[in-house]
Amino acid sequence: MKIAVASGKGGTGKTTVAINLALSAQQPLQLLDCDVEEPNAHLFLKTTPIHQQIVTIPVPKIDETRCDGCGLCSQFCAFNALVSFGTTPVFEPEMCHGCGGCMRVCPKEAIREIEKRVGIIETSKSGNITLVQGRLDIGVALAPPLIHAVKKEARSDLIIMDAPPGTSCPVIATLREVDFVVLVTEPTPFSLNDLKLAIDVVREIGLSFGVVINRACENDNLVRPYCQTEKIQILAEIPDDRRIAESYAKGIPIIEALPEYKNLFVNLLHKISEAA
Amino acid sequence: MKEIVIISGKGGTGKTSLVASFAILAKNAILADCDVDAADLHLILTPTIKETHEFWSGYEAFIRQGICEGCGTCMDLCRFNAIKETKTPKGNYTYHVDPISCEGCGVCVRFCPKSAIEFNEQLCGKWMISETRAGMMVHAKLGIAAENSGKLVATVRQEALRLAKETKCEMILIDGPPGIGCPVIAAVTGASEVVIITEPTLSGAHDLKRVLDLTKHFSIPAFVCVNKWDICPDMTEQIEKQATSSGATILGRICYDNTVTQAQKEVKAVVETNAPSANDIREIWNKLLHHHQIEKEKH
Repeated sequence: MKIAVASGKGGTGKTTVAINLALSAQQPLQLLDCDVEEPNAHLFLKTTPIHQQIVTIPVPKIDETRCDGCGLCSQFCAFNALVSFGTTPVFEPEMCHGCGGCMRVCPKEAIREIEKRVGIIETSKSGNITLVQGRLDIGVALAPPLIHAVKKEARSDLIIMDAPPGTSCPVIATLREVDFVVLVTEPTPFSLNDLKLAIDVVREIGLSFGVVINRACENDNLVRPYCQTEKIQILAEIPDDRRIAESYAKGIPIIEALPEYKNLFVNLLHKISEAA
Repeated sequence: MKEIVIISGKGGTGKTSLVASFAILAKNAILADCDVDAADLHLILTPTIKETHEFWSGYEAFIRQGICEGCGTCMDLCRFNAIKETKTPKGNYTYHVDPISCEGCGVCVRFCPKSAIEFNEQLCGKWMISETRAGMMVHAKLGIAAENSGKLVATVRQEALRLAKETKCEMILIDGPPGIGCPVIAAVTGASEVVIITEPTLSGAHDLKRVLDLTKHFSIPAFVCVNKWDICPDMTEQIEKQATSSGATILGRICYDNTVTQAQKEVKAVVETNAPSANDIREIWNKLLHHHQIEKEKH
């Protein structure tokens, strides 16, 4: 079973939920940190490194001795990564998606592909948990190729994925082909607004999902009524407890700092398994 | 002209709350919400929309079934696994494009031996010019599961810049996206400065380091402030040291204040309320203006 933890808004508690879910599982599992721009899961686990793997995408390398400056490659490139002024084109690696089109359209066979590094995958182990974390290189624009590479490492029966914030390409790359999405939100106007956007995306892709309300309060007149009206399952509520914030600040998982919350996450995992 | 981008690395550290307060304090800056896939600034500034524009960007492939002969060239060439194959009862194959995976590169379109693939421009969202009580605002909404958020960010910035020139406005305040990838790069490239708001948690510190590496990479002056600093004063100090040694300027600290959510519910910027953190934000704003003044005198 593949479970993704996502949110729309950042800072609502995705990593907290993902980590504590992983620690509550009674079986070996993989935790995939797909928030490759800002991976944080490793901060909460004492891990032993296993291996590292550099991730690359193919980008064009132009042989100036063969190029006659016809400009067909730059005309073809949908991402404006090649700019030609009747000369050998200038290549902007940050714009390149690695589609290979320029190489195929070049009539002089002047373009070959070389591998360009976009980031690294670090695999480590902590008890039952194998953490697979993507880390995008600074200045690299496109996260999806690295996210796809992280997802390719999935091989255990239970997979928990920590998604990036937002609702655009990196989130979609993470959510494709998962069995269930846990959307973490808070009872604030910003969080509710972004939860609705995330639900739009999850429904568009056609995935099953449920909501976890973090920093829940008694007088929540935002998220709870919304979920009830929309008939969305509230899987769990994590109370607004300053001790949780303090343990989070230090990188200590809730269920280690405050064992009384262990049942909450065991039940959450159980509910997800039933719903998925 | 100052183009100031508020970013954070980590999400949920208070970018939008800070921008809304800056907007009120600045009085007549041009505002731009560049967090186009999870925009929230409008929830506080309640814009009255004056203009709405469609955002067309990029292309999507579409296979015309009547013309396709099922050779599968498109699937072999697609680097994004966007061509899906279905076996028919007769035993041959049909192909179609999965719109969510299609990146719009056009390779399948170009190399289809039967020219069976259409390449249609895509509507990826919309952007708006609005009036707010704090000044003109440019904001956007990315389409559901749409691509090109970086280009939409660039469009919003470009429009804000145009408005600022037209109205002879000296300052643009930009609410940036979280992370360090495409939309963030689009939001900060060529900006005058960034203000990074972080929090004293291990995650906040870790993500701040990466976002400071990014601003260094693009040579953009960075200012840093720590939100909820009193949750962990030791870590706040560490963060400030780390930021200073990376060449950033510390603007100040904002106290932990659970009335901020109340301000959000009342549709007010924090500085429009008596929240304890309002004064901290005013001090940070004044310090930023003070820096601008010093800079001006230097030139």
